[in-house]
Amino acid sequence: MPSDSKVYRAEKKLLTGREYIGVNKIDGPLIFIKHTHPIGYRELIECIDRQGKPRLGMVLDTSEEIVVAQIFEGTSGMTMPDTRVRFMGESLKIGVTRDMLGRIFNGLGQPVDGGPEPDSEAEIDVNGKPINPTARAYPKDFIQTGISAIDGMNTLIRGQKLPIFSGNGLPHNELAAQIARQAKIKGAKTNFAVVFAAMGVKNDVARFFIRSFEESGVLSNVALFLSLADDPSIERIITPRTALTLAEHLAFEHDMHVLVILTDMSNYCESLREISTIRGEIPSRKGYPGYLYSDLAELYERSGMLKGFSGSITQIPILTMPNDDISHPIPDLSGYITEGQIVFEREMFARSIYPPVAGLPSLSRLMKDGIGEGMTREDHPHLASQLFAAYSYVKDVRNLASVIGEEELTPLDHQYLEFGDAFERKFVTQGQNEDRTIEQTLDLGWEMLSLLPPEELHRVTDEELEKYYGRNRI
Amino acid sequence: MSDRIIGKVKRVNGPVIVASGVTDAIMLELVRVGEVKLVGEIIKLEEENAVIQVYEDTTGITPGENIYGSGMQLSVELGPGLISTIYDGIQRPLEEIHKISNQFIERGISMPALSRTAKWHFEPESLQPGSPLLPGTILGNVKETELIDHKILVPPDIEGTLVSLAAEGDYTVEEVIGLVKTAEGGEKSLHLMHRWPIRKARPVTRRLPLDIPLITGQRVIDTLFPVAKGGTVAIPGGFGTGKTMTQHAIAKWCDASLIVYIGCGERGNEMTDVLMEFPKLIDPRTDLPLIKRTVLIANTSNMPVSAREASIYTGVTLAEYYRDQGYHVAVMADSTSRWAEALRELSGRMEEMPAEEGFPAYLPTRIAEFYERAGNMEVLCGKTGSVTIIGAVSPPGGDFSEPVTQHTKRFVRCFWGLDRQLANARHYPAISWLESYSEYLDDIIPWWNQRVGAQWSADRKEIMELLQKEVRLQQVVKLVGPDALPDSQRFILEVCTLFKNAFLQQNAFDDIDRYAVAEKQMKMLELIVTYWRKGSQAIKSGVTLVKLKRMKVIPDIVKMKFTIPNDDLSQFDKLQLRLERSLDQLEQVYA
Repeated sequence: MPSDSKVYRAEKKLLTGREYIGVNKIDGPLIFIKHTHPIGYRELIECIDRQGKPRLGMVLDTSEEIVVAQIFEGTSGMTMPDTRVRFMGESLKIGVTRDMLGRIFNGLGQPVDGGPEPDSEAEIDVNGKPINPTARAYPKDFIQTGISAIDGMNTLIRGQKLPIFSGNGLPHNELAAQIARQAKIKGAKTNFAVVFAAMGVKNDVARFFIRSFEESGVLSNVALFLSLADDPSIERIITPRTALTLAEHLAFEHDMHVLVILTDMSNYCESLREISTIRGEIPSRKGYPGYLYSDLAELYERSGMLKGFSGSITQIPILTMPNDDISHPIPDLSGYITEGQIVFEREMFARSIYPPVAGLPSLSRLMKDGIGEGMTREDHPHLASQLFAAYSYVKDVRNLASVIGEEELTPLDHQYLEFGDAFERKFVTQGQNEDRTIEQTLDLGWEMLSLLPPEELHRVTDEELEKYYGRNRI
Repeated sequence: MSDRIIGKVKRVNGPVIVASGVTDAIMLELVRVGEVKLVGEIIKLEEENAVIQVYEDTTGITPGENIYGSGMQLSVELGPGLISTIYDGIQRPLEEIHKISNQFIERGISMPALSRTAKWHFEPESLQPGSPLLPGTILGNVKETELIDHKILVPPDIEGTLVSLAAEGDYTVEEVIGLVKTAEGGEKSLHLMHRWPIRKARPVTRRLPLDIPLITGQRVIDTLFPVAKGGTVAIPGGFGTGKTMTQHAIAKWCDASLIVYIGCGERGNEMTDVLMEFPKLIDPRTDLPLIKRTVLIANTSNMPVSAREASIYTGVTLAEYYRDQGYHVAVMADSTSRWAEALRELSGRMEEMPAEEGFPAYLPTRIAEFYERAGNMEVLCGKTGSVTIIGAVSPPGGDFSEPVTQHTKRFVRCFWGLDRQLANARHYPAISWLESYSEYLDDIIPWWNQRVGAQWSADRKEIMELLQKEVRLQQVVKLVGPDALPDSQRFILEVCTLFKNAFLQQNAFDDIDRYAVAEKQMKMLELIVTYWRKGSQAIKSGVTLVKLKRMKVIPDIVKMKFTIPNDDLSQFDKLQLRLERSLDQLEQVYA
């Protein structure tokens, strides 16, 4: 018995590609079309404007009376009567191939470097599908970034999503580029690729990254998706999805270890808010839509490792905290999804400490399983915990000193102040091209701890004290 | 599933679908949408339109597609085979899905929650034909795991006289194991499995007082802010303060017979972590892997939002089912904020009038309904069972004044506030001793005083008072520095620091320290309180603080949590003796 809806499907297939001339309303990046054949939710559309230029879009709301769609390239220059709209009968797919490495694309995956369109190996829906939690492999391979503040204190693990919470003017781009250049797995030669998605960032920033990849000779292993500040803001919604679709293909079809850099997530969220406002949705905090958490999760959760696959996706999203406020919805919701965060501190930057990684709010959640004996070194977990505890006490002492004056402090507190300074100046601070091994980082950590009396070090064992304490006393 | 067409899709807006032409749908009916058969639930009926919330991604759903009704409410399957399984929010077995599909969750997959082919060994009770069967009567027993005797119960909605009961043997969950004649004269068959709607609390005989603590093995919880079996707890905390770590630690070491762990809108890797770790960790009470007493519900943040809304009901229904067999079940819901946000998202899509911060006005009602399903109960079969609910709350920006935290506080009786400052100093569990409270304390003091040590409540009170005094002293210290205080007051700071380092802080990754039995907690507390009582005496008689601090026994007290295992508590008595002797010696020198 052919059910009604099967007839409907057949009919719809025939109607796919049918062209409608004229739209009923244009509002910002959204168009409204009345009286169409039944259109699927999230179906891809193509609009051809008066000049014959095609633009892609996606259906956001569909009903028997009216269809609402967002146009990725923006609606500027479109007219109501002359626009021709075609519904493609399927959701947005992009062609992906390994040959996309070394190339530059726009947010929709079309080449913008003047080269030809690469022959795609597969056409994949950009929205992706949720990974079955039972199919995941738990990430525990330590990535050596060569940066002490990360390797020692907030270790990056292969398959992790570790964002950089930064502010305007802080050197987040430099740090991300340094990680991309230096990241390596201890003692392993790997199939490595970088997928870079720029959302609403300045042309200069994009150029900085391209140059940095060029200079380190990895550009042929990088695919760039650029949707820059002067591109239509709506394109930013799709840019990270396009990039992650390629990353998934490289990781799980070509067994590559993919590092995905997404910058700047704040711009992405603002585009989301723009669309939501135009659609008249009920806002939650600061005007952002109620589904911001789910939407961000759709992106961030497209990382990790899978059982039976040797590839991996490691994500480093960068976001600039509006007004350096970590409780702003964007960093706040990101922090709830990502596996830790590297937080930048403006005050440290002002004292010309690079990288200005704030000691206490930064965190790597996957660190616990990727460090220690056989992975980094047996003393690493206790050492990191002790450094955190001591540095946290330094913050208290500094507060106290600012009230009662440094002279009034106890001798022990003076030792802590000295430790705090050395920690920031020697351990955290390093050059943009300085690549420290994990052993160097850990030894440096012990050098710092040796500034404190051993009876203050509760979190390390006696054997560790015996072995490492005061070994290279300055 | 019936192929009854109940209407057609009219409008699609994310996970919310409006259907038209609906005439015979049931409120909260489980439906399948379109030819891909997405799972959905009817949440509103209005004239001939119905609003359906869909539990899967609705991409491609087109107006005009059919909607199929199932004739029943969104239900879970209850029977042997639940334990050690990982389900999604609407009880689809994720491991089975992984076997037939690939690493991603495809849409429209339909899988029975309980295996239809697995055979279970059923041992019937000696019930004679003709004997009356009340809801909850035990029909027999299935050994589900080494730990759990799965009692086969008469479902709460069936009553009558027994016609026949199957003999001992192996049965699948669908095979008939008994027949019952109902009062109306019809006959109903009984199976190892039955269904129950997730939004309806399972009936019990009566509620019992909550006077037995749930021993979690975490010192700050058991000693300072204990929860009773059958109690409700909220753990609020900003990101990175250790909500999930605390929940994991409780799930691993608490003395409940069964754990239902609900990962509601949280990270995929966290569920993977549980899946990898629990089969390896050995429960010290039974010497069996922890997974043998655990049911997992995983609806990670990137899985469909409406299934997230359903997941906590699914979890608590499973917990109630085991409670009805006479078990003490602990439910970890991580995180209830994601569930509240799912409510907000769906409410927004339905264009309802929002209340605070966009949350629907019925949010407090829903929170209350959920937590009220906890309790220590006399269940229908006459046994005692309990459901303890421990819900994590993720307040935006770590601000506890937001609606979800505030409303949750109204309906729970135990509050473990996580503190950002403590977490930054890597003091875990970062449960703040100033903001947290437990209303179960008075009810469970008798248990501690009788079972563990008569001085428990007095010691606990003393140390709580010290912690309060310390806060005021710290304020003074912040202004004038610690040197300005007399030794007697600096000793308070000293004891509190010792208490925090040696007692409150607990290392979840240390083989000895990861959990502490009640007796160990008692002995540790007693040591520190002795140090305080005798030490302040000594200071009065002229001993200086420096001398007290330099006693050789102090470093051993700081490290006692790592050095003295749960099964060798006599070492504490030696330590206690050493401490008392050192203090006496000091006093003699100065007296």
